Amino acid sequence: MKTAHPSRTAHSPRTARSPRTAHSPRTAHSSRTERPPRTARAVRTPGGLSLRVDVRAFTVVVLLALAALAASVLLIGTGDFPISSSDVLRALVGQGKPGQDFIVRDLRLPRVLVGLLVGACLGLGGALFQSVARNPLGSPDVLGLSQGASAGALVVIVLSSGGATAVTLGALAGGLVTGLAIYFLAWKQGVHGYRLVLVGIGVNAVVTAVNGYLITKADFVDAARAVVWMSGSLNGRDWTQVRPLLVLGAVLLPLVLANARGLRMLEMGDDTAYALGVRVERVRLLLMGSAVLLTAAATAAAGPVSFVALTAPQLARRLTRSPGPNLVPSLCMGAALLVVADWASQRVFGADQLPVGVVTGALGGVYLLWLLVTERRKGRI
Amino acid sequence: MLVDSPPEERAAAAAPPSRRGTRAAGLVLSAAVLVLVALVSIAVGAKELSLAQVWHGLFQDSGTYADVVVGERLSRTVLGLLAGAALGLSGAVLQALTRNPLADPGVLGINAGASAAVVTAITYFGVTSLSGYVWFAFLGAAAVGALVWFLGGSRGATPVRLALAGAAIGAALYGYLQAVMIMDDAALGRMRFWTVGSLASATNATIVQVLPFLLAGTLLALLLARPLNALAMGDDTARALGANLNRTRALAMLAATVLCGAATAACGPIVFVGLMVPHVVRSFTGPDLRWVLPYATVLSPVLLLGADVIGRIVARPAEVQVGVVTAIIGGPVFILLVRRRRTAQL
Repeated sequence: MKTAHPSRTAHSPRTARSPRTAHSPRTAHSSRTERPPRTARAVRTPGGLSLRVDVRAFTVVVLLALAALAASVLLIGTGDFPISSSDVLRALVGQGKPGQDFIVRDLRLPRVLVGLLVGACLGLGGALFQSVARNPLGSPDVLGLSQGASAGALVVIVLSSGGATAVTLGALAGGLVTGLAIYFLAWKQGVHGYRLVLVGIGVNAVVTAVNGYLITKADFVDAARAVVWMSGSLNGRDWTQVRPLLVLGAVLLPLVLANARGLRMLEMGDDTAYALGVRVERVRLLLMGSAVLLTAAATAAAGPVSFVALTAPQLARRLTRSPGPNLVPSLCMGAALLVVADWASQRVFGADQLPVGVVTGALGGVYLLWLLVTERRKGRI
Repeated sequence: MLVDSPPEERAAAAAPPSRRGTRAAGLVLSAAVLVLVALVSIAVGAKELSLAQVWHGLFQDSGTYADVVVGERLSRTVLGLLAGAALGLSGAVLQALTRNPLADPGVLGINAGASAAVVTAITYFGVTSLSGYVWFAFLGAAAVGALVWFLGGSRGATPVRLALAGAAIGAALYGYLQAVMIMDDAALGRMRFWTVGSLASATNATIVQVLPFLLAGTLLALLLARPLNALAMGDDTARALGANLNRTRALAMLAATVLCGAATAACGPIVFVGLMVPHVVRSFTGPDLRWVLPYATVLSPVLLLGADVIGRIVARPAEVQVGVVTAIIGGPVFILLVRRRRTAQL
């Protein structure tokens, strides 16, 4: 009765499923069958250099950046003391009324800059993660990085009731340790996308439980503070959060963009990428490390603002209609998304009533449902 | 079932009579271990009791201090028994149903669905009794189960996709819980303990209120062993063997939902029990669900009560909630399973 044995087919999906569905995760970005005509143009310089420019992607980047800046101006003008957009612009260049100057440049500008930078970091980090994991759900929020950073911050809040700087450092350390742990636990003659994802989910479950435990250990005031921090908030952020993010971005962005080609090759599978001359593990380690740093720094600055890293790359990709990781569009989309979400939360619920993370979380929920409805038939999840 | 076994082991799993005797004896042995762990669970805690005191409290209750402690710990232990069996069984059923070795009510987010529904019921609908919000737990568990199944690609689901779908929905629900706790201080005060998963608040009333659901779910799950065995062979073979696929799937989902929902409503979300135990069980029973399910029913409470005892010992006189302990034990097991080549190929 060999055929009556359940184990024979239970673990052999290759016979049970078509190759298309079995391999679909690795074609997450490139399986479009009906692609609109490419809009790429080559720009040639007299010196013989040529640069390939995707006109549509370029337009999207410009529009998103403009949208992010416009939303920033609106956000600066929003609050208990409303300021008109023209006054905001005047105050930004240093020609506003004295009272407005202080509010705009010392109180609200750093907060909005933190929002822009955190959104950009999360968008870029999310695009890198999703590309390495080859799955649109493989974002840092799902893979445990946000929870890891939260654990670091919670340890500081609960065990020492530490101040803002200590919490930031704790979150940074927590995020980095979690990222390292995921990478090394997933390492087995290389790190493959699926193993990375599953190990991340396992780590996420453990760290989430530890976080819950830490919250039960806290006294009530610390617990309330911890819960607000853990949902991600821009409230009370100032220049001390802006500078580290700027420095980190200035270092990491060129590094990531220089390796973007290799990342795009990686999406075709390790073997193909290797054959095309990509040093697979090195590129992956470099980009993963950058993504972890970006996410950890963003989380340290604003708390784990949920789902920006998940949604921004996907929204950007749909706007550019371009395959590949779409790094710069994702970055701009993340910045625009976070600032718009913060503005919306202030307009709808009142100034600083609800942390921005709650709004982006709701957005993420809607996105998941939408993904459920439109994408699953195409086997792209 | 999903653990690849060498051919000679497969032949042995076709259950010659001697093997069946071994497995029945093993089941009895497991039950004995369970009784032992239950006694330890009654004896160990902030106040240590001797076995004689436990015996006195159980059978000659005369209201001494030790007897009261035994009474308190007895309800906790019984709830641990019931919830552990429910979680392990629902994990085993889910693994068979989805043909996925990484299925677990926690990994698939079903726990999170149940707890989000319970928190909603308590905070916004003013439901205060367990027998009231257990229905919300069923609803939440069923809704998330269906969502994960579709988001994970239904029939084409691979372990990675299902786990990712579960994790993503779990993250969204986690965010929702956070939002509730931010907006409502009273909810934070109550829920921060409940959302970790703990047996500490167990009373006899808790047990009475969830017992009918847990018994019904357990019975249904055990009865499904044969049809689920057929399902494991693939849709076509199962259909050829006369199995009613849709009815089996619907009933299995119902059983898993009721078991996991009732357990979550009673103790909060506890992860990884349903993941670990079926794997351990399969390593010595083989893939036949007629053995896997009873073994999982008996051995899962051993894990849950063991974790609870560990949680009471490591932080004496306070305690680490059982949900935290199972996650800390289960996370590494999950990662080991992922790293194993056979599983990873799925």
